[in-house]
Amino acid sequence: MIVDLQQVEEAARELYIRALKILPPDIKQGFARLDAGETDHTAKSVLNTMLANIRVAEDTDNLLCQDTGIPIYNVRIGANTRVDGYSLKQAIRRGCEQATRGYPLRSSVVHPLTRKNEHSSCGIEVPVIHIDFSDTAETLEIEMVPKGSGSENNSFLKMAIPAEGIDAIKTFVVDCVIAAGGKTCPPTIVGVGVGGTSDLCVALAKRAATRALGSRSGDADAARLEAQLSAAVNLLGVGPQGLGGDSTAFAVHIEVAATHITMNPVAVNMQCHSARRARATFTPTGVAYGF
Amino acid sequence: MAHHVLTTPITEAQVRLLRVNDTVTLQGTLFGIRDATQIHMFDRGRTTRFALAGHAVIHTAPNVKKVAASAEFPAGYAAVCVGTTTSDRMERFTRPLMSQNGVRLIIGKGGLREASGAAFSDLGGAYLAIIGGTAALETTWIEQIEDVDLDDLNPESLWKFRIRDFGPLLVGMDSHGGSLYDQVRAAVDARRTQVLAGLGVATS
Repeated sequence: MIVDLQQVEEAARELYIRALKILPPDIKQGFARLDAGETDHTAKSVLNTMLANIRVAEDTDNLLCQDTGIPIYNVRIGANTRVDGYSLKQAIRRGCEQATRGYPLRSSVVHPLTRKNEHSSCGIEVPVIHIDFSDTAETLEIEMVPKGSGSENNSFLKMAIPAEGIDAIKTFVVDCVIAAGGKTCPPTIVGVGVGGTSDLCVALAKRAATRALGSRSGDADAARLEAQLSAAVNLLGVGPQGLGGDSTAFAVHIEVAATHITMNPVAVNMQCHSARRARATFTPTGVAYGF
Repeated sequence: MAHHVLTTPITEAQVRLLRVNDTVTLQGTLFGIRDATQIHMFDRGRTTRFALAGHAVIHTAPNVKKVAASAEFPAGYAAVCVGTTTSDRMERFTRPLMSQNGVRLIIGKGGLREASGAAFSDLGGAYLAIIGGTAALETTWIEQIEDVDLDDLNPESLWKFRIRDFGPLLVGMDSHGGSLYDQVRAAVDARRTQVLAGLGVATS
């Protein structure tokens, strides 16, 4: 398959707007599950307002949240798929800028020192574009995640040591959820990275935070820890919007990587209740949109 | 747990009637304000031509569309999606916003801290919690962008919205030292040891 870069540019534009408007079905199911189990009166009312907002966004064809976030594009190139890597990144960047200027979306992206906003959602190294590869023949997948700042501002890394063991990981996750309180727009998906180098550990946490609800870690030990921590953080009582209740997190997701004999790194990155993402899959028969 | 319908601007006596867990629906005018707006106002000495005394401000930076100025769009902007951002980052601006500009109500998400609570008590103010991330719904409560100031900071301009039936909002912090956020934080801290014990982690 030869990838048509014009189609990539269009998909990059379409994905940004689509992600901001339509919440994935797994997140909607997550809301239904939390709503059914919630015992706190205020929390129940907060969840119902969030559900009403999802309906209003669909009925009025509007954005779910005002925060257009930092745009992230995760690209996966399949086997026997021909595409020029540099041009692919340029096409995605153009699509991102077109979505912003054309819709128009609020550009939430500024230069980190001058704070100048180019009103394009683009800047140095932004949109964030990750390129990876898969063995699926003749496929190109682009996942788009607009990462909001309320949740992203609550990102944490601890270079724990081996003597602190798994207890350090558990304690860190619980304390991050407490520290974040209502600032992350709970209920959240708590993404946890364990292992790797410091930068890989933080990247794993982001990957975990943006995984679909209902997915499990590919590592059996990590999957067990996910279940334990998912139950534990919802006993803290932070609740939706930090106003108290049982619904603090949809889930805790964990991604792991091998690490050094002297290291025990753990990172936390959270995704807010507006856990937005959209996906375009290119195959020889065309482009399909989903989540 | 009373419900209040308030038309801005409001008086100190009106704000002092609000108690944590009450609900409020606002009518009239609402000003949008954000990090950069307040950094420029309070750290860099910029002033606004808007009279904010007795008014409510919301922590926001909306999605807007530039249009030709008309009776419907007097500021030359149409609202696309207006939501609310995390208030905590703007904690240090609560007191100057009240003492220098006379603001009475701050609307935001996630709550403010002790210094803001003290300013609400000293000067007569309250924090109204809106549900973050529900901007599509919030946008239906905005009738018009009436005016805009400090627009070189766009989207973090100082926005003047005309609102209708804005809410219900929850009184999260009042002028009598009450804070829902303090209550929840204390309850959460009290549960930490037990939650960790459930995970097999002993705490000292």
